[in-house]
Amino acid sequence: MGRNLFDKVWDLHKVRTLESGQDQLFIGLHLIHEVTSPQAFQMLEDRGLTVRFPERTFATVDHIVPTKAQARPFGDSLAEQMMQALEENTKKYNIEFFDLSSGKQGIVHIIGPELGLTQPGMTIACGDSHTSTHGAFGAIGFGIGTSQIRDVLASQCMAISRPKVRRIQVDGTLANGVYAKDIILKIIADLGVKGGLGYAYEYAGSAIHELSMEGRMTICNMSIEGGARVGYINPDETTYEYMRGRQYAPDGEDFDQAVAFWNSIASDEDARYDDVYTLDANSLSPMVTWGINPGQAISVEDCMPTVSEMPPEQQEVARKAYKHMEFDEGQTIRGTQIDVAFLGSCTNSRISDLREAASIVKGRTVKPSVKAFVVPGSMQIARQAREEGLMQIFEDAGFEWRGAGCSMCLGMNPDKLQGREICASSSNRNFIGRQGAPGGRTLLMSPAMVAAAAIAGEVIDVREMKQRTGEPQHA
Amino acid sequence: MPNHVFKVEGRAIPIRGNDIDTDQIIPARFMKCVTFDGLGEYAFFDVRFDDQGSEKDHPFNEEKYQGASILLVNSNFGCGSSREHAPQALAKWGIKAVIGESYAEIFAGNCVAMGIPAIELSHEAVEEIIRLVEEDPSRELTLLVREQVVQVGRRTFEGFIPPAYRNSLTQGTWDSTSVLLDAPEDIDKVAARLPYVSGF
Repeated sequence: MGRNLFDKVWDLHKVRTLESGQDQLFIGLHLIHEVTSPQAFQMLEDRGLTVRFPERTFATVDHIVPTKAQARPFGDSLAEQMMQALEENTKKYNIEFFDLSSGKQGIVHIIGPELGLTQPGMTIACGDSHTSTHGAFGAIGFGIGTSQIRDVLASQCMAISRPKVRRIQVDGTLANGVYAKDIILKIIADLGVKGGLGYAYEYAGSAIHELSMEGRMTICNMSIEGGARVGYINPDETTYEYMRGRQYAPDGEDFDQAVAFWNSIASDEDARYDDVYTLDANSLSPMVTWGINPGQAISVEDCMPTVSEMPPEQQEVARKAYKHMEFDEGQTIRGTQIDVAFLGSCTNSRISDLREAASIVKGRTVKPSVKAFVVPGSMQIARQAREEGLMQIFEDAGFEWRGAGCSMCLGMNPDKLQGREICASSSNRNFIGRQGAPGGRTLLMSPAMVAAAAIAGEVIDVREMKQRTGEPQHA
Repeated sequence: MPNHVFKVEGRAIPIRGNDIDTDQIIPARFMKCVTFDGLGEYAFFDVRFDDQGSEKDHPFNEEKYQGASILLVNSNFGCGSSREHAPQALAKWGIKAVIGESYAEIFAGNCVAMGIPAIELSHEAVEEIIRLVEEDPSRELTLLVREQVVQVGRRTFEGFIPPAYRNSLTQGTWDSTSVLLDAPEDIDKVAARLPYVSGF
């Protein structure tokens, strides 16, 4: 029986078995940001420890960074204090920091791949649950807490138990107007928000391998929303093409050697899995969340579920969701009026996301009642989007164009919902209060669906808008 | 010095509901800090207080649960963000152990890294313990880590703590930094065999 990528990469990085029964795992790439790292550095200092492999840790600032008025000091003194702590810590321990002056700042899970830091076959850790994103390259990414950041800084290792591996096989072809975001929302809706507990997810099948690297990152990014800490996709030619020429990627002869290594860590044809789940991509339509967790998602064509017909363990959360959202059972999600349209986050703020959304808004105007804005995932994406004319298309349509950061995905900077606003969002979490207002309401959907909602002022099926313009689909 | 965690005794406080995420436990705006100190007062903030800052109905606001040290929860507790600020806020409020149906993986890992045992019990057992505690909040509970049981008066409820977590708590190795630093040559050996570290 063959081995899967997860087991190969794990074994390659395993230092030893600890007395507790956990494995000590070497972490090939450690990414840090301003919110979850300051306490970890303090813990190191309290113990008189230092950073063992400073060249294997890279920093950026994303969570608290304002997307307007980025001049220092920041208007928010607490944000400024966190920024200064990261500047001091990276300087003191000789860690490379992609700050606002580097021209390479951005959301941590966007810049890792963009700079070629993220590579197939690596173990990657970051104090952020969306570290699963990096699995799109055939790496294993773990979201960790601050105590584990301390461990990785001190030893470049983590103490961790090996999870099981579930293969999620998605075959078929996505219809025009249906995207990677719809695949992952459907998977989470089917398997539930805790369906992945104890598992790493391997996404496979023709529909997955036809996706661009950006689409693959969207899928792996939201693994954690389905309870799986790790999600990955075996590397292939698409992966290698993306890697070529990136700043930190191997080059010249090294690149060919690297490809041989990357191929060697991919899952064998006859690899063993603890579980297999299959999904037909042909059957998918645009997905939208109606509730307060990412599993509460339905096709834009469907009506919201009847609580009494749901599995008993989901009913309490469903009732809570209806109360918070002020929706009624059986109501359609289509036609729901929105107040805000947010295009951004580590899930969907990459160049292909912006291109797709721009193709929808081009020549149209944002509904006056909607506040719409675009927060590109990184400074490099922002530059590219400007050069391609996308920024102009968004601005002409009435979107605000902002600087890179996490922004209204979690509302730690000035970008927050107000009161009971409803937001069509390309982000990853619709938890109560997630977007910065305790009463705020979030509808998760693909970037193209967000763009369509911004224009219509309500949730609509983006496929209808695409038909009207005859826009070709772009994966 | 190893810091063994064999048992936690104390009164309990129930927080009902499945899929309680870490944004609910500690809203992101309170994470604008460079230490964990002071997070206790913000635990469950948005479900404890309304827009005007007035108290809402919530167990954390109830007099009878003040001083409790064991949190009672349902399933998939702590899902979402990896923020250790969530268990840190609970710990600063006074929580020393969690009893529930299931936990999100990163949350469970954060708890053990802080020396906080989180035991898994059946839905029925959790509901029964919540019933007993609501009936008499002054009841003392005992969580025994090695035995994987919760005792409430004369009643004993059997549960599960993953072996590695159980071991690291009872062996006092839950704070893993020194253990990980114990084998420097082994770490170097692994680094040397990784092509992306040592060269392709």
